[in-house]
Amino acid sequence: MVKVSIIDYAGGNLFSIVKAFKYIGLEPVVSGDYKDWEKSDLLVFPGQGNFSQAMIKLREDNKDVILRELLKEKYFLGICLGMQILFEESDEAPGIPGLGIFKGKVRRIPVDKIPHLGWNEVKLEKESMLFKDIPDNSFFYFVHSYYVDTEEDIVYGLTEYGVTFPSFIMKDNIVGVQYHPEKSSSKGIKFLKNFLEEIKKC
Amino acid sequence: MLAKRIIPCLDTIGRNVVKGTSFVNIRIVGDAKELARRYEREGADEIVLLDITASEEGRGTFVDVVTEVASELFVPLTVGGGIKNIEDVRKLLKAGADKVSINTAAVENPDIINQIASEFGSQCLVVAIDVKKRGKKSWEVYVKGGKVPTGIDFKDWIVEVEKRGAGEILLTSIDADGHLSGYDYELLECALNYSNLPLIASGGAGSLEDLYKALKIGVDAVLAASIFHFGTYTIPEVKKYLKEKGIWVRLD
Repeated sequence: MVKVSIIDYAGGNLFSIVKAFKYIGLEPVVSGDYKDWEKSDLLVFPGQGNFSQAMIKLREDNKDVILRELLKEKYFLGICLGMQILFEESDEAPGIPGLGIFKGKVRRIPVDKIPHLGWNEVKLEKESMLFKDIPDNSFFYFVHSYYVDTEEDIVYGLTEYGVTFPSFIMKDNIVGVQYHPEKSSSKGIKFLKNFLEEIKKC
Repeated sequence: MLAKRIIPCLDTIGRNVVKGTSFVNIRIVGDAKELARRYEREGADEIVLLDITASEEGRGTFVDVVTEVASELFVPLTVGGGIKNIEDVRKLLKAGADKVSINTAAVENPDIINQIASEFGSQCLVVAIDVKKRGKKSWEVYVKGGKVPTGIDFKDWIVEVEKRGAGEILLTSIDADGHLSGYDYELLECALNYSNLPLIASGGAGSLEDLYKALKIGVDAVLAASIFHFGTYTIPEVKKYLKEKGIWVRLD
């Protein structure tokens, strides 16, 4: 069985994501301990909280360094904030660097009605096995006030709310989604199942 | 483009989903977990679950009901009813709620809005506002399930809850609730003028056109109970109708 760790970095509400992985037949371990992370095939960084809190918490015991190392070999799914911390910096936390795995900055969505909350479409820019049997422009559930602005060639899906922003990024073993697959009904579950199938192939 | 949301509301006593008229004359309409799952399959964009027992022994049961309803639900779940303090919020989020909805507690102690927003984030806080009309373009805020007037003007209150960190507003017209004769559209317009928060319209939807009119005015979501529970319309029928009228909704 594929081993999944849900990274518990600030005691946020992890119920939904744990539930989703159980639903697709896995037994996720919720842990803030890197020794558990090392034993996993897939690390999941779920989506609530703010950028500075998350990064400050990760830096305790050098977990940011450990995580950067683990990202070289483990599969990684960053959801919402978990995707944003992969980048260099954020408007939400001036002066606090992100993990810097990818080049780019996290910016505030430039519209009055914040957060971007509800169901919006993901338009596919590149084909991906993670979207197998999920039609282009399917709806996923979003809740966020910041988005990723990147020039890197990692963007697989785009969504529009005030700006057009990357909602699904991927490079090798690292995947980031701005939407919440765990709250996106059958499409979200399908996305997680597809990811699992890809991991099993290796 | 962001879709307008259709949200069935489950008022519960224990595991039973019930429905009344203007908050009284209550009838049992089904089981909470079964209805929630059915509505998700049919395309509900979220589920709202409200505990209307408001009794101490009912509270423990409600946490269990939330756990059960949440267990195989993969759309956002908002829960509310009788939340008094931050501990209640913590319990309900832990039980599987994605958001909590507070009403009376927010009026009695507005600081709770700031506390919940800073501890759990605005994204998980819906402030429910129940109002009764008191004159031309004027409404008064009521609490305790629509029974107790507060003397607070609706416009002042919606501005204050936004300032304090609410993430969404769930706005119910007590006059219209359960009468199936349409939302209070003037009230919705007033709310949109005074607040930038996502607005969920509630109370009074009886026809497809009622839902359309509210969304057309600009609310982000419509909450309805009777029309779904009593089978007047299914969620796919609602969404198909709205789409044909040019409202952007999520259809599979």
